[in-house]
Amino acid sequence: MFRYYLKLGWLSIRRNPLLSALMVAAIAVGIGASMTTITVNYTMSNNPIPHKSEQLFAVQLDNWDPNQDDPSSFEPPDQVTYTDAMALMRAKKAFRQVASNRSGLVLEPENPDERPFSVDTRNTWADFFPMFEAPFLYGSGWDEAADENMDQVVVLSQAINEQVFGGENSVGRSVRLNGMDFRVVGVLKEWLPMPKFYDVTNGPFDPTEEVFIPFTVAIEHELPRNGNTNCWKPTDGDGFEAFKASECVWIQFWAELRNEDEKREYMEFLNAYVEQQKELGRFPRPMNNRLDDVMEWMERQEVVEEDAQVMMGLSLLFLLVCLLNTIGLLLAKFMRKSGDISVRRALGARKSDLFRQHMIEAGLIGLGGGVLGVGLTLLGLKGIQSLFGDIVDNLVGMDWVMVLTAIGLAIVSALLAALYPTWQACRIMPASQLKTQ
Amino acid sequence: MLRFENISMVYRTDSVETHALREFSLDVEEGEFVAVTGPSGSGKTTFLNIAGLLERFTAGRYLLDGKDVSALSDAETSRVRNEKIGFIFQGFNLIPDLNIYDNVDVPLRYRGFNAAERKRRIESTLETVGLSSRMKHLPSQLSGGQQQRVAIARALAGNPRFLLADEPTGNLDTQMARNIMELIQSINMSGTTIIMVTHDDALAGMAKRNVHIRDGRVSDDGSSVQLANVATA
Repeated sequence: MFRYYLKLGWLSIRRNPLLSALMVAAIAVGIGASMTTITVNYTMSNNPIPHKSEQLFAVQLDNWDPNQDDPSSFEPPDQVTYTDAMALMRAKKAFRQVASNRSGLVLEPENPDERPFSVDTRNTWADFFPMFEAPFLYGSGWDEAADENMDQVVVLSQAINEQVFGGENSVGRSVRLNGMDFRVVGVLKEWLPMPKFYDVTNGPFDPTEEVFIPFTVAIEHELPRNGNTNCWKPTDGDGFEAFKASECVWIQFWAELRNEDEKREYMEFLNAYVEQQKELGRFPRPMNNRLDDVMEWMERQEVVEEDAQVMMGLSLLFLLVCLLNTIGLLLAKFMRKSGDISVRRALGARKSDLFRQHMIEAGLIGLGGGVLGVGLTLLGLKGIQSLFGDIVDNLVGMDWVMVLTAIGLAIVSALLAALYPTWQACRIMPASQLKTQ
Repeated sequence: MLRFENISMVYRTDSVETHALREFSLDVEEGEFVAVTGPSGSGKTTFLNIAGLLERFTAGRYLLDGKDVSALSDAETSRVRNEKIGFIFQGFNLIPDLNIYDNVDVPLRYRGFNAAERKRRIESTLETVGLSSRMKHLPSQLSGGQQQRVAIARALAGNPRFLLADEPTGNLDTQMARNIMELIQSINMSGTTIIMVTHDDALAGMAKRNVHIRDGRVSDDGSSVQLANVATA
């Protein structure tokens, strides 16, 4: 009977094309508006590394101002100091650990006719690449010895490799960054973790960096920093050495801990470390160290912005308004079919048969609304992109999951909207209609 | 086969009560061709609706094949309608979007027949009413008489125990009406019980038995010849 009802639904839609088009349009507009905001929220709340997100932990140490805020509700800083980052790196207590920060360097092409250009850079450690599973097109990341020896090595993004070396395997070749020569050890494949979980403090939806160099090299040569830096008290003196010794936080620290035991042991290590630092006069606040896995970290950092959630709520309300319109239109459509309904009742249709028939018709209308709604969603996302520019480039893509979600939501919405009109249609008294036709 | 025992039907609004049937009793036997006549508002159509289980009555008892059908559920009522009753309406009541084949198919779908069985029955009944060459036509492409033939085919396709016809020739010219009545008579001759509501005495005269209703009650019940004598006396 399902195919029969599909056929009847299609015939009914064709019988009242204008009314049907209005319903499809009402659903499509509601779906378009809501799916635009849902897509943005979905991308914002995406798990960027699902198979490993519960083993990667952002580290927070509370070295902050003792006079600020109630200690019980105070969130520790979301980055760590240079002193702590280096101490944790040297301790090597986690299976893998990475301290990194954002930077910007100037790349000077080999060809003197080409103009130098700036490249978004990440200063990091050898563990960064296996820990965050960065995929390589050529070569690999550097090893621990390179960190220790402050080797001037570099990993390039695919785009920069394309730009500088025409996409060839550039491993072993040299690039000049801020006047220093770096040897290429690896080229990444296209890699865009979204959100960029390993550095949400500097823009969770920013593109991946173009160049990766050893953190130790950046420190040794006092290369510039581009990321957020927060301090709660002035540095003791001037210059880079004073800054390194300060309580300013500017480094993101991650640890890979493969199970609960490793996590517990690492937290014990952090607590012991802070206790030790307290004895040296640091960490004046009560102990408040944190280890958050990727999704906990996203939530704590409020990667999904409140505005986006409000917009999603409003757009769902708009979908509700569209559905109320659809209810009215469906009611009008089904009441106009009272003659057919009565004939079918007289010929032996049960109320449940008519209910199924009309729900399937509504489902077809929902399907049409969903397909059109996907088109409107893509338009809406284009609109957001043109309004906000490059900063939302990575938020406005619609994958298959979202396409299917849009169509599914449209069908479910249409079915919900059809419940009352269908119920009314099933209650039509056939006797009164058959005589008057 | 069909027994109405003291059936009453009252339509109520806030201020008015209308008695459509008053303690209405009637027996119809298997194979009969009964014409139900009466003035407008006498209760003819109400009787037909109740007989066809399209309306519930206020009081009394309705036995169909010896079984009380007064309190059946919606699903049971629908099944009885589908299996035992065929309807022929004055306005044909064909579904305009469906072609002739699919119109006749409607009750068979609800009966749950498979495709081959439905096809056999549809082709057979359309052959009976002389429309087997018009299966793919839409109702709007047929004359009134042809549409009524399709409606009769639809009513017959499920092989019902009896046909209920409400002014079956009311929308047809004289020649077409005669043809339809001859078709209905031949259906009756083949054993199907027919109850036909009409206000046309000439058509009623073609039935074997005439029941006259007045003010919601049976006022006369006899053979069409007897009633004709009553009318001329």
